[in-house]
Amino acid sequence: MNPITEHNSRETLSPLKAEAKKLNFYYGNFQALKNINMPIYEKKVTSLIGPSGCGKSTYLRCFNRMHDLYPGNRYEGAIEFHPDRTDLLSKKVDPIEVRMRISMVFQKPNPFPKSIYENVAYGLRVRGESARSVIDDKVEAALRSAALWGEVKDRLKELGANLSGGQQQRLCIARALATDPELLLFDEPTSALDPIATASIEELITELKERVTILIVTHNMQQAARISDFTAYMYIGEMVEFGVTDQIFIKPKRKETEDYITGRFG
Amino acid sequence: MNSYEATAGRLDVMSPPSDRLKIDHTRHIKERLIEAILFLAAFVSVFTTTAIVYILIRESWVFFQHVPLVDFLFDTQWTPLFEDAHYGIMVLLSGTITSSMVAVLVAIPLGTVIAVYLSEFAPFSVREIAKPFLELLGGIPTIIYGYFALLFLTPLLQNVFPGLPGFNLLSAGIVMGIMIIPYVASLSEDAMRAVPMALREGSYATGATRLQTALRVVIPSAISGIASAYILGISRAVGETMILAVAGGMQPNLTFNPAEPGATITSFIVQVALGDLPHGSIGYQTIFAAGLTLMLLTLVFNLIGFYMRKKYREVY
Repeated sequence: MNPITEHNSRETLSPLKAEAKKLNFYYGNFQALKNINMPIYEKKVTSLIGPSGCGKSTYLRCFNRMHDLYPGNRYEGAIEFHPDRTDLLSKKVDPIEVRMRISMVFQKPNPFPKSIYENVAYGLRVRGESARSVIDDKVEAALRSAALWGEVKDRLKELGANLSGGQQQRLCIARALATDPELLLFDEPTSALDPIATASIEELITELKERVTILIVTHNMQQAARISDFTAYMYIGEMVEFGVTDQIFIKPKRKETEDYITGRFG
Repeated sequence: MNSYEATAGRLDVMSPPSDRLKIDHTRHIKERLIEAILFLAAFVSVFTTTAIVYILIRESWVFFQHVPLVDFLFDTQWTPLFEDAHYGIMVLLSGTITSSMVAVLVAIPLGTVIAVYLSEFAPFSVREIAKPFLELLGGIPTIIYGYFALLFLTPLLQNVFPGLPGFNLLSAGIVMGIMIIPYVASLSEDAMRAVPMALREGSYATGATRLQTALRVVIPSAISGIASAYILGISRAVGETMILAVAGGMQPNLTFNPAEPGATITSFIVQVALGDLPHGSIGYQTIFAAGLTLMLLTLVFNLIGFYMRKKYREVY
């Protein structure tokens, strides 16, 4: 059975944004991802769940070639990126260019030791943008999209680190959005936040899927159920089950998925 | 009525501490003893510093009884050992400033580039080999650097600038710069490596290159550590003695031209300390006044360093 047509018959026909094909990943000799095949649908939220060490963050970091930063890491297989249908993992593809189209938000808020404004402008400056008016506009738009503009518009010159944890994380989201990415990667974005900040980030993610495809790693199954359209359950480097979120949580096809979701395991 | 209610709030019903809970007097004494030893260790350094400052001030006081402070600060000649004695510290200060400037111009750019390379670009294996070598450079006795300047660098520079005298502040300054590169590079590199990986990843994730990440995120994040490294390097240059005594020439010379010979505060102190001046003579007292000036100069640099560290505190 072709998984892609099957899912699309359930959701309103959504085009593919990316697709992992026979993806293997190695940290030196250790194989962290095993033969992963998985679609990412455009302008949908896809969650990756699974116990610690199952490879979900490793998988996420393949998309923006983060593993290239460290020696000894090796990819096999492909991640096909749409609409160009290029393989993101190809040696001929420049990871810098990949990261310009695929942004990432990390587990702990990591604002740069710069002003709020400069934090958001960073990605634009890195691309060589220097026109003040362009940067002003994009910074404002990104901060609005990250639901932070109202809180910081009078203090753009202050250090990003002066914000609260939840605001810092929204600042990092604004930084990721400023460059108009096509795919946004979230690596457990709320695990360092309190419940109220978490709720605001979740709400934000739901709003953002109007314009950008989202792939999110989460430890929190309720969170996956609340915000995502599709969910994938991973275990020890393998993709155990992928499907529409409701189906995964209500009637998972695989016994392992059910055990994890109902808390009998993990 | 249960047992709690019967005794609630009554202090008089409690028994004295049992053997297990009693204060252990031997432990108490041991703790105090260790505390005293640690305090003494810390006190030694405080005491030494205070004693040095006290003696410098006391002996300088004697000096300033004979020489007015205005002469000391504004006279343009330094001839304390001549019949017609002049005590213009400016003369020595100019030598110190000129040679230190040369050293800093060598050490800061090179040291920073080395630090950026080692921290952000070098593969693990290169760093593991390069860093010990760099630190070895800091372990070479300064007298060797002095003769390196005098016998190797000066002749080399004379090929380029034929008019360069055999003793000059330029080659002493350059070699002094080479000497402080390890301090600047090693401390800056430590500061850069202490920048959390999360910040670098944040930068790379926006599509920044290695160089952009190094220049726009890592250096600004590590700026207080880097500034301290620079200040330490400058203090080393200002206080450096041997290289200047050997290669700088020791004639007092009010100049800011590094191509000339000159005496610095430190090389003057060496000169006087080596000669046999009678204790208590005014010529002998000059070294304390010069020493005090030197100490104030390094104090100023340390204060600048302290201020910079506070202003650009790491905020990650």
